[in-house]
Amino acid sequence: MPNSPQSSKLGLNTYAGPWLALQTKHLLNRTMFGAKAADINYFKSKGLMSSVDELLNVPAILPLPPVNDYNSTTYTDPNIPIGKTWVNDVSLDGTTNSYRTSTYKKWLLSIWVNQERNIREKLSLFWSNHFGTEADTIVYATMTYNHHQILRTNCVGNFKQMVRAITTDPGMLRYLNGYLSTKTAPDENYGRELQELFSVGKEGGAKYSEDDVKNAAKTLTGWKIDATFNAVFDSTRHDTTNKTFSAFYNNTIIAGRVGANGALETDDLLNMIFQKSEVAKFICRKLYRYFVYYYIDDNVETNIITPLANAFIANNFEIKPVLKLLLQSEHFYDSLYIGCQIKSPIDHVVGFLRQYEIAFPDTAVNYLDAYSLYNNMVAQLIGMGQSPVDPPNVAGWPAYYQAPDYNELWINADTLPKRNKFTDLMIETGYTKATSKIIVNTIQFAKNVCDNPSDPNLLVDSFFAFLVSTDIDPSLKNTLKIQLLLTGQASDYYWTDAWNLYISNPTTINFNIVNTRLKALLKYIMNLPDYQLQ
Amino acid sequence: MERRNFIKNSLALLAPTMIGGNAIHILQDHPLLNTAMLATSTTDKVLVIIQLSGGNDGLNTVIPLSEYSNYQNARSNIAIPENKVLGLTGNNATGIHPAMTAMQNLFSDGKLNIVQSVGYPQPSFSHFRATDIWMSGSDSNEYLNTGWAGRFLNYEFPGYPDAYPSPENPDPLAIQIGSLSTLTCQGPTVNMALSVSDPSSFYNLIDGTNATVSNTNSGYELSFLRSVAKQTNLYTTRIKSASDKVTQQVAYPNNSLANQLKIVARLIKGGLQTKVYMVNYGGFDTHSGQVVASDTTTGAHANLLKVLSDAVAAFQSDLKGLEIEDRVIGMTYSEFGRRIKSNASGGTDHGAAAPLFLFGKNVRGGVFGNNPTIPTNATVNDNVPYQYDFRTIYATILQNWFCVSDTGESQILTKQYPILPLINASVCGINDKDSTFAKDALIYNYPNPFSTFTKIEFKTKGGHTLLQLLDGAGTVLRVMVEANYNYAGMNSFNLYSNGLLPGVYYLRLQNETKVYVKPIVKM
Repeated sequence: MPNSPQSSKLGLNTYAGPWLALQTKHLLNRTMFGAKAADINYFKSKGLMSSVDELLNVPAILPLPPVNDYNSTTYTDPNIPIGKTWVNDVSLDGTTNSYRTSTYKKWLLSIWVNQERNIREKLSLFWSNHFGTEADTIVYATMTYNHHQILRTNCVGNFKQMVRAITTDPGMLRYLNGYLSTKTAPDENYGRELQELFSVGKEGGAKYSEDDVKNAAKTLTGWKIDATFNAVFDSTRHDTTNKTFSAFYNNTIIAGRVGANGALETDDLLNMIFQKSEVAKFICRKLYRYFVYYYIDDNVETNIITPLANAFIANNFEIKPVLKLLLQSEHFYDSLYIGCQIKSPIDHVVGFLRQYEIAFPDTAVNYLDAYSLYNNMVAQLIGMGQSPVDPPNVAGWPAYYQAPDYNELWINADTLPKRNKFTDLMIETGYTKATSKIIVNTIQFAKNVCDNPSDPNLLVDSFFAFLVSTDIDPSLKNTLKIQLLLTGQASDYYWTDAWNLYISNPTTINFNIVNTRLKALLKYIMNLPDYQLQ
Repeated sequence: MERRNFIKNSLALLAPTMIGGNAIHILQDHPLLNTAMLATSTTDKVLVIIQLSGGNDGLNTVIPLSEYSNYQNARSNIAIPENKVLGLTGNNATGIHPAMTAMQNLFSDGKLNIVQSVGYPQPSFSHFRATDIWMSGSDSNEYLNTGWAGRFLNYEFPGYPDAYPSPENPDPLAIQIGSLSTLTCQGPTVNMALSVSDPSSFYNLIDGTNATVSNTNSGYELSFLRSVAKQTNLYTTRIKSASDKVTQQVAYPNNSLANQLKIVARLIKGGLQTKVYMVNYGGFDTHSGQVVASDTTTGAHANLLKVLSDAVAAFQSDLKGLEIEDRVIGMTYSEFGRRIKSNASGGTDHGAAAPLFLFGKNVRGGVFGNNPTIPTNATVNDNVPYQYDFRTIYATILQNWFCVSDTGESQILTKQYPILPLINASVCGINDKDSTFAKDALIYNYPNPFSTFTKIEFKTKGGHTLLQLLDGAGTVLRVMVEANYNYAGMNSFNLYSNGLLPGVYYLRLQNETKVYVKPIVKM
């Protein structure tokens, strides 16, 4: 039994081993929220290189925006009719924004559940955790929406440009008080987090000083938010003095600029920061922890992080080439890393919904039922400790950064039962809203993941192969087959007969005979701790 | 305390070395808890359900000696020779399989009741469907997605699992040993039984051994997840500690059923307040080769029955030694019996009604009901018709063992069923210690079967006397007598069959708290 995490000696050479369902599922688990059976088949047939290319090829067209689903007898949005989007309407009203933010979270679930075959949503979540902001603190829903649209738009693009955009993003200006920062009272909040959390980090060689924080804050003075929620530069609030940085930044002096040119100091600051190799290493470590595993020892630092960071710099901070290197590497597919991530709540809930292809109503057709049901999923995520777009603070969720436990922090005596209860509930009762119901269709699921569900051995194997990434003791599989599918009978054909009878004559009784047994088996598998890993 | 809002009712994930999260220590140290563990009341009754999976051949288990020649004729290749059948003290008409010497002794001790021909109308011959019917307590053409014991536990403990365990209810309501959760204990929302996700993990828990993981990072994280899962299950420490308290037990045979029952005895003695234990023993689907042709008293079925008989007897003896005999009764059942006529493969195909065993100190010993009638020349279509609806057994256990009211019973079983005199009802405060009650001929009727009418003679000891006619589903069709007699003696009533379809009916006589039920057949 392993007493500690281990690292693979394999490096960034392109993986040349077999490309089977196991490897395909591994790639999809890490780059999307779970995978449907059809997704695995699709990418398995594509091969490694094409799969990675396709997953990294994020379409420019973004999903349709969230709409007003909240007009009711007790509240009516003064500006936006029901069914229409509010993302272009500025509102200062607290109640309105509260409704809209709530809508945004439901909408976000719909985007995650219905994601296309690319890395955008998984990677956007990475960036929204990296540039941690809290929707409930930003308050204004349009700012929250636009903040996350920046991350979505730039997710595989240029990291430096993304930092530049975020630095003067109204949502971020508001969240870290940049819009209040003036030359007479510079607010150090953003100046600090820009360095500590967003770029050079605080590990290893990142030895920027407290004065560097103060000077960065001075450099960034002058930005504010206008009445229509645009970031504008007010030169009268800008500190025009020269800012002298520490030896860590090679004693760089950012010369004070006057008038509208004061805004250019923001670029001067980022240019200085991005000279530091720590930026690339910090981001690459974080990407590694998100996509591979949290454990980084000297071996991983030397053989993975350093060459990845070099490639990041060589590509002028383009994100896609770095991810391509990592996701195609023999390191990534080493069996040490298959199934070693504890799922985040979002992975758990959204991954489940996608694995089982839970049929939500179409948001374009029946947005009221759809949003209501997605809201049930938001509530589940909150219960499990990952409220969407509301991380606990600017550092994001501790499970993504807090040594030494990292993603083990998702799991405790409160959250683990909630995870099990969620999968049980979706199997047994599901959720109902008006005429819409979301629940696992066990029969369809069996058909989706198994070539011949009438064979109980193949069925148990297929369920495990699809739902978990760990090795399961064959004797357990056999026990499950006998006790749950065969109800203690010794002969496989009793299941085969029951399945075939249902297929040929789908009466309620015949359905229930099969469904009861499939439900028990699926609940069992998902209650195994193995299901918490991906 | 939020974490208590949901207590995982599964032992899934036990990798049992470390047992003892803080929450459990709080429970253990709670003064109320110790009081509860010492308390004895009507609520300390335990039911052990032994499921015999596959469909046990009732006719070779309980042999109808009064029908022997027809029996022998119907299944000459597997019939037990008449002189090998084990006799039952005080009962010449019925015997049991020669492998069941241990249960023969149990019968002699008055701790075994053999209920004849238990089944239900329109029997299903499908293992799955029949199992679901037995577990849910449904009609043949009805689908219930809850179990009969699950509904009972939900009735007694509404709101489970929220706020469980508690000082008053520190233990699982039901435990399934050696196998996974079944429909029997499925409640309206959750399964009321603590099931053992990996059956071996239950033994791991009791034995304190570990499950292994692979030498990878996923193995490392899996160990972590299992340790949390174990802490999460607030019942594990209680189970382990109850099990550890019992250090001396009688010798059990070494087979899977005996191993399960041995654990049950330990947990009961160790102080768990669990009401229902379920154990399972499979392999009864004897389509072929159920006997050795040269000696039909041996073979697969004989081995199964020997395991059953020896395990039950050892368990009963252990209960006595542990001084918990008063608190425990057991019930066996199988999803169906087997065909009267054997097949050419030396086996029997799926059938209908079959005998059921109830055992325990508080069970009224004896054979309840009549031998099934075996046709002179049985065909493949002949089956044993049911005398007793299986839900009358459930109803009896609910009312006379768990002391559930009439109202409760009809709520749990969805309708009211007759109560049979199978259990010493005084455990529920019912003033009836006459263990010969069942054998008293309290009701005669002639003719039986009948076509136009039958004359019923019944005995009353005076006082409130009720004579009802029930159909096979337990519905009261007629109240024939309801009176307060100021004398003891025999009375009679002529029952006319107008409006009765052919089939099995019950006469139910209730004299004060005593109940007697007799099946009659309308042709």
